[in-house]
Amino acid sequence: MEATASVDNAAQAEESKLKTMKEEVIAQPSVDDVQGTVGTPFVENAKMSMRDVNVYYAEKQAIFNVGLDIGKNEVVAMIGPSGCGKSTFLRCLNRMNDTIDICKVEGSLTLEGQDIYDPKLDVVPLRARVGMVFQKPNPFPKSIYDNVAYGPRIHGLTSRKAELDEIVETSLRKASLWDEVKDRLQAPGTGLSGGQQQRLCIARTIAVSPEVILMDEPCSALDPIATAKIEELIAELSENFTIAIVTHSMQQAARVSNRTAYFHLGKLIEVNDTEKVFTNPEHELTEAYITGRFG
Amino acid sequence: MNSTEKMNTIDLVNKNLAKRYRAEKRFKAYGIASIGFGLLCLVFLFTDIIGKGYTAFVQSYIQLEVNLDADTLDISDPSDPNQIAGANYMGVVKKALRERFPDVSGRRDKRKLYRLVSNGSGFDLRKMLEADPSILNTKQTIWLIADDDIDTYIKSASKDGKVFTGRVDEQAQGWVKSLIDNDEVETRFNTVFFTNGDSREPEQAGIRGAIMGSLFTMFVTLILSFPIGVAAAVYLEEYAPKNKWTDLIEVNINNLAAVPSIIFGLLGVAIFIGMFGMQRSLPLVGGMVLTLMTLPTIIISSRAAIKAVPPSIREAALGIGASKMQMILHHVLPLAMPGMLTGAIIGLAQALGETAPLLMIGMVAFIVDIPGGVADPATVLPVQIFLWSDSPERAFVERTSAAIMVLLGFLIIMNALAVWLRKRLERRW
Ligand SMILES: Nc1ncnc2c1ncn2[C@@H]1O[C@H](COP(=O)(O)OP(=O)(O)OP(=O)(O)O)[C@@H](O)[C@H]1O
Ligand SMILES: [Mg+2]
Repeated sequence: MEATASVDNAAQAEESKLKTMKEEVIAQPSVDDVQGTVGTPFVENAKMSMRDVNVYYAEKQAIFNVGLDIGKNEVVAMIGPSGCGKSTFLRCLNRMNDTIDICKVEGSLTLEGQDIYDPKLDVVPLRARVGMVFQKPNPFPKSIYDNVAYGPRIHGLTSRKAELDEIVETSLRKASLWDEVKDRLQAPGTGLSGGQQQRLCIARTIAVSPEVILMDEPCSALDPIATAKIEELIAELSENFTIAIVTHSMQQAARVSNRTAYFHLGKLIEVNDTEKVFTNPEHELTEAYITGRFG
Repeated sequence: MNSTEKMNTIDLVNKNLAKRYRAEKRFKAYGIASIGFGLLCLVFLFTDIIGKGYTAFVQSYIQLEVNLDADTLDISDPSDPNQIAGANYMGVVKKALRERFPDVSGRRDKRKLYRLVSNGSGFDLRKMLEADPSILNTKQTIWLIADDDIDTYIKSASKDGKVFTGRVDEQAQGWVKSLIDNDEVETRFNTVFFTNGDSREPEQAGIRGAIMGSLFTMFVTLILSFPIGVAAAVYLEEYAPKNKWTDLIEVNINNLAAVPSIIFGLLGVAIFIGMFGMQRSLPLVGGMVLTLMTLPTIIISSRAAIKAVPPSIREAALGIGASKMQMILHHVLPLAMPGMLTGAIIGLAQALGETAPLLMIGMVAFIVDIPGGVADPATVLPVQIFLWSDSPERAFVERTSAAIMVLLGFLIIMNALAVWLRKRLERRW
């Protein structure tokens, strides 16, 4: 009996501690007062521009009035505490949210001036133009070659074997995976290491030459060495592609991106040049997050 | 928490530990007991069936000197196939028997003598003559199938223990003994059992017709139920909106899986035979009825297999711009295939053993001819077992058990195939 009571006491103590912690968080600058976004969400030569985006999961609103531009050949990092809607926003950009029945997207989202939520627009070519790399490496249970060749094949980019071989090779080279796999292209893609699998997924995405690549925490399942490789890769890719990347690592955001967008509870709080965000954030919520006061 | 309280907790845990281990042991013992019980039933079933049925796989043959002279056969023109077909083969067999046992006289005794060999011996002679016309007007030493009563008697006499005489009286036993003593009786592998259709004469009865009927019926069932079931499962999993209607469909599919199979038989009679005027006893109709029965199983297992495909693979396909159909055809179906095939094979194995609905649509008729297609009247293995189990002849009892063994053999093969396919097609991701 005595022992149980003590456990109860401990639990209570824990709970009250949590409560005070929550109160501390709530005592932080409140997001309810946030009106609009500070910094430079809009740029001159935007590849994609989003205005007044609201996203709902059934009744629950996940994104509030977000406006953001992603410039040509720019790398935009999206950071923010867990559950703030980064993935949700990213998935709006190539309409991956269509697969979730209860998800509803409002607002204007354009790719080079073309409304991507136009009911007449076909998502298949859209996703060929705006590719996506997911958090967990998800190669198809097929050979390495077939993984990379899948996109070009279904989009009918080429009908000649030699051309396809070339696409596969250049994609794997760009993903800096070629040297590691060139001798075993017919081996299953699922047999690679986690970091190799993620690079394979990147190769698969760039094989269809998309204009924009969306990456949702591409390194969260990887060790530091694999992460470094992918970051290097992102820097190279930005020469030809426009990239939006969600990350939980502020160092990563600082290393790879031109601009950084800070999300908080579904609102876009601040967008600024990466250097400015991490050295001299404009908004107090951003500052609280990057200094580790919550998150 | 201070240290004395901690000690208390550990003591409490230790005190309960012994009890927990005892409970765990009991829990395991229940499981082992259940498996033991199941195995015991299985062993009992197998020993019973095999004990009764293994003798059906051998058959006694009696050697006779048969004189195939054209006169007795009633053949005046050997080149006329009609005459060859209609010749009096039993006449020469009877004559051979009379010559082998010249002491037998009187109509009743002679008739008893003729019953030493199978009624169907004439057919076998005819087949021989048709295959090789040059044996006409020659004397041939021929092994003829023994009659079922004689066969049962010979088999039981060659075993230790009680001899089963049945309808074989002292006189006939004497004839058999004399044949055995002269090495004119042989037991051979019973090929007839695997090459003939059903017959009123047990020694001429085989399961070939039923096996072919079962194969044709299964073929129809597979061809219909697998594509329909997979298509339904794909639609329900991938396309159907989640609303009251799809809920209703889902509940009804599950209900359908629990409907007694005889109801499907009635439905088949009403729809396929009543409305569409199809013939009775056809594997085609049987297959369609079994399709109704198998569909729920296939749909349910296919849906489970499709659900089990990791969502990351779907996202990968969609993310690269695959259309929904390409995602399904290229990724979901190949990954779900082992599960779907396993479900289909288990459903088919169920259908293979199904009897009741096939009785309703008339596949219980007595059919001697071996069916050559899905539109020939046929019976199936379980129905054949049902038919034979009703026959009083001792020889049919052993054939019933033998047919059960064949059916079990097919079931084991199908289940092994399911396991093999799953192993073969399963891919890691
Ligand atoms: N499929 C869904 N159905 C309902 N609600 C969802 C769904 N996906 C996300 N949400 C909700 O939307 C909000 C934003 O989620 P989202 O996944 O975009 O967050 P995130 O910023 O990517 O978080 P994390 O950093 O943990 O990945 C959360 O409150 C989450 O509960
Ligand atoms: Mg996320």
